[in-house]
Amino acid sequence: MKDAPGTRDYDWWLLAILATICALGVLEIYSATKGSSLAGMHMKQVRWLLIGFVLMFALSRLDYHLILDQAPILYLIGLASLAAVLLVGHTHFGAKRWISVPVLGELVQVSELVKLIIIIVLARFFAEVRTDELDLRDLIKAGILVGIPLVLILKQPDLGTALVLMPMLAVGAFLAGLKWQHAAVFSLAGVLLVGAVFYPPVSRHLLKPYQRDRITSFLHPEEDAKGSGYQLLQSKIAVGSGGFWGKGFGNGSQNQLGYIPVRYSDFIMSAWAEEQGFKGVLLALGLYMALLLRLVQNAQRAKDRAGMFLVMGVAAALGFHVLVNVAMVIGAMPVTGIPLPLMSYGGSATLFVFLAIGLVMNVRLRRFVN
Amino acid sequence: MASYIIVGMIGVLLLGFWKLQVIDADKYTSMAERNRVREIPVIAPRGRMLDRDGRVLVDNRPAFSILLLRENPVLVEKYLPGIAEGLSLSIEDLREQLTNTKSLPKFQPIIIKPEASVADIAFIESHHSDIPVLEMISVSRRRYLPNGFLAHAVGYVGEVSEQQIEASNGKLRMGDFAGKFGLERQYNDILMGTDGKRRVIVNSIGKEVGPLPTQESIPGKQIQLTIDYDLQQMAEQSLGPRPGAVVALNPRTGEVLAMASHPSMDPNDFAVRISAEEWKNLNEDRQKPMLNRAIQAQLAPGSVFKIVTATAMLEDKVPPESFTTFCPGYATFYGRQFKCWVYGKSSHGVVGLHKAILESCDIFFYNVGMRLGIDRLSYYGSKLGIGHKTGIDLPSEEQGLMPSAEWVERVFHRKWYAGETISVSTGQGAVTTTPLQLARMIGGIAMGGVFKQPHLLKDAPNVGEERFALSEPTVEKITDAMYGVVNEEGGTARSIRLPGIEVSGKSGTAQVIGYATRDRVGKQKQFEDNAWFVGYAPRRNPEIVVSVLVQESGKHGGEAAGPVVRDVIKAYYDKKNKKTQGQYTTENKSDAPKKVPAPVAAIAPRAALKPESNSARVSSEGEQE
Repeated sequence: MKDAPGTRDYDWWLLAILATICALGVLEIYSATKGSSLAGMHMKQVRWLLIGFVLMFALSRLDYHLILDQAPILYLIGLASLAAVLLVGHTHFGAKRWISVPVLGELVQVSELVKLIIIIVLARFFAEVRTDELDLRDLIKAGILVGIPLVLILKQPDLGTALVLMPMLAVGAFLAGLKWQHAAVFSLAGVLLVGAVFYPPVSRHLLKPYQRDRITSFLHPEEDAKGSGYQLLQSKIAVGSGGFWGKGFGNGSQNQLGYIPVRYSDFIMSAWAEEQGFKGVLLALGLYMALLLRLVQNAQRAKDRAGMFLVMGVAAALGFHVLVNVAMVIGAMPVTGIPLPLMSYGGSATLFVFLAIGLVMNVRLRRFVN
Repeated sequence: MASYIIVGMIGVLLLGFWKLQVIDADKYTSMAERNRVREIPVIAPRGRMLDRDGRVLVDNRPAFSILLLRENPVLVEKYLPGIAEGLSLSIEDLREQLTNTKSLPKFQPIIIKPEASVADIAFIESHHSDIPVLEMISVSRRRYLPNGFLAHAVGYVGEVSEQQIEASNGKLRMGDFAGKFGLERQYNDILMGTDGKRRVIVNSIGKEVGPLPTQESIPGKQIQLTIDYDLQQMAEQSLGPRPGAVVALNPRTGEVLAMASHPSMDPNDFAVRISAEEWKNLNEDRQKPMLNRAIQAQLAPGSVFKIVTATAMLEDKVPPESFTTFCPGYATFYGRQFKCWVYGKSSHGVVGLHKAILESCDIFFYNVGMRLGIDRLSYYGSKLGIGHKTGIDLPSEEQGLMPSAEWVERVFHRKWYAGETISVSTGQGAVTTTPLQLARMIGGIAMGGVFKQPHLLKDAPNVGEERFALSEPTVEKITDAMYGVVNEEGGTARSIRLPGIEVSGKSGTAQVIGYATRDRVGKQKQFEDNAWFVGYAPRRNPEIVVSVLVQESGKHGGEAAGPVVRDVIKAYYDKKNKKTQGQYTTENKSDAPKKVPAPVAAIAPRAALKPESNSARVSSEGEQE
């Protein structure tokens, strides 16, 4: 009984939303790469999606309590693979983020896997905090749990992925009864950190040169007409020129002529906005909103605290991805290299999302089981 | 609560999209368009300039210019060294050009080499696909006649100045060529066409991926001038290397038949791009080759002005027409000695008006001027055009100066000295004129007081005309005297007589500095006298008037400037006679030979002045002294 939930209990609405977003993504990847040397990329994405669906269903069958039981081991595996990446990883675009997995025959971006592990580890950790309020000791413990992989990821360097760990911690801590005093202190620390990043004399010691350039070009795009300032500007031009109705599928000049940087991946929203206009954006963001709301609903219906923490961890990670990516596309945030979940092309990122949704399904399937 | 945060977050993001896609959509649409579309100018050729018979005076020649496309700074930076090498330019020079044009919109290409050599063209052709930031356009460059022929009247073109751009209401852009001087400037709007645009779609690495409809250029219109190539040729040749000017007009119509100014410059030198140093040299040259002396030299007219004094005397009868004086070679007025030009050599003896004009006796006109007073002299001088622009269709015409009591009061805040009147009455002192002014004045007086506005555009609409009624006897006496200057015993320009043509005129020899100063500085070329001669034919109601200035000649006006007048008038009649006898054909095939001034007088301002069209060719009296 425990391991045999009916197919009826899957969140079909969630799956429908998921599938629609994926379809938009595949369409736009097709439009963005057709006629270029990258043509056919959408089919590769379809393959990743299919693998993702299979993995999602597979993961949903395995009781999440069993997964949570293995959290310490998963954590150690995560740290070990992060260390392995730093030692023997493959370098692309100036960062060591990939490791080759013989079975898949593909390079896997380890930090995506680690995100999933951190969600599980934090869920287990917070679920075991039995007090109504989270005391400082537990908060510091949680901070260390997140801090170690975070530092390893920053070493790659991959600021974007490292940042994603923060909202997971924040949401978890909040739900675990974070005291407002602590919240205030950490918010202040966060503000100071952001301030430091944007303040050149300090950021010189904190950030890599390319990261500082991104910050600079975000603050002063006109001074950097060729680097990431150029990318942000081109993205804004693409979005803005799309207007309300869009230029039509396959007709975006910024997209088709290659003015949008990595238009099939991190900036896919920019290509979508150009070709489909504000109405298309409304559809896409509406779907993301529905997805996130659906996740929250699932979290509320979870049978136990652990399930709730799992689902909210997923929601926090996906929500943060959407926020940071889309804000970058409209020029409201610097270039961070965070993809848009399910629409951006990318194997590891896609698999992460499906596995994460698999966890959510897992929790849902067991909501009535005692 | 989590739901509210999610809805709020999506809401904020949507607001961001709303701002870009709805509020600022137009701005980004045009930016996307500028990304996508590259516009390569298609330069419209300027209109040609033809002479009155349809012969080409200013033409175009094809050339190629090399453009640098600057939309993508990364690409520019990448290819700059290769471009510098391939086009044999220095990379510093290229960088400087880029810096200088930083303020221009990025989508506007800049010309890095206005005139591509054969090697440059080969380089561009062979690298067209791998250097996407270079573009070659065909342009047409001005081709002017060599050796500065007609250079000052024609003017030249150059890259437009900021003032011109401002004044053009958006028609001109930085880097455009437009007329800067002379007719090129005056009729720029007619001559200049409208540039077209070749539009192509380019991708993010600057490669052309497809065409868009091309906007064709509209060529400028050609203009026909009143200039007669043959007369111009004669004017240039006859003036020779001496600094000075020649203007030939048809006083009946105001048409300018020839206009030369020496030393000249070669506008072909500016047709491409002139270096700052060359430009500086030209402008600082003491010889002033950039000055169009025909309309810009403001010099004392010397004895040519005596025609003004004589006109005032006859019109106002002060002193009466019968007035005579004795010329011993000098005279004393207001305690100061004034010399006649024959001083030390001979004297004129008893002189009346006719003889005074013929022999250009200064003493006679000193006396007349003293009796007339400055107010009358100034009134007549001004009415006859001194101190006023003629209104010729050329930019930067100077107006000269007709001094008056009011003028010294205004400028020097003092009273007029009576002694100054003595100088002015013979065209010395403060009075200055341009060669064109004198041509218009003498021509107009011989026409009986009708002054046609000089112009260079043939078939010009609304040619201005001023009338200053002169009495018939006045005109008769003055023109008789000017006829005598050339054709009677004692005339100052007897050497320029032409058989069968009633050449008339008045010489002038103007001091650049006073006698006293000359004694002090010694004899120097730059302080030599200026020689004037303004001649016309026939003796009344003339069809051609030629004003000649020879600067620093050190010779008498009739001697130095007179022969130039004679040469031009002779060339005019030679051509006219050939034409009427059917021997003359123009070089232009399409145009039937155009008739030079109508055989009948176009204007007969006075009934008494009979048209004398025949007298020019066959004269029974002209050769007698």
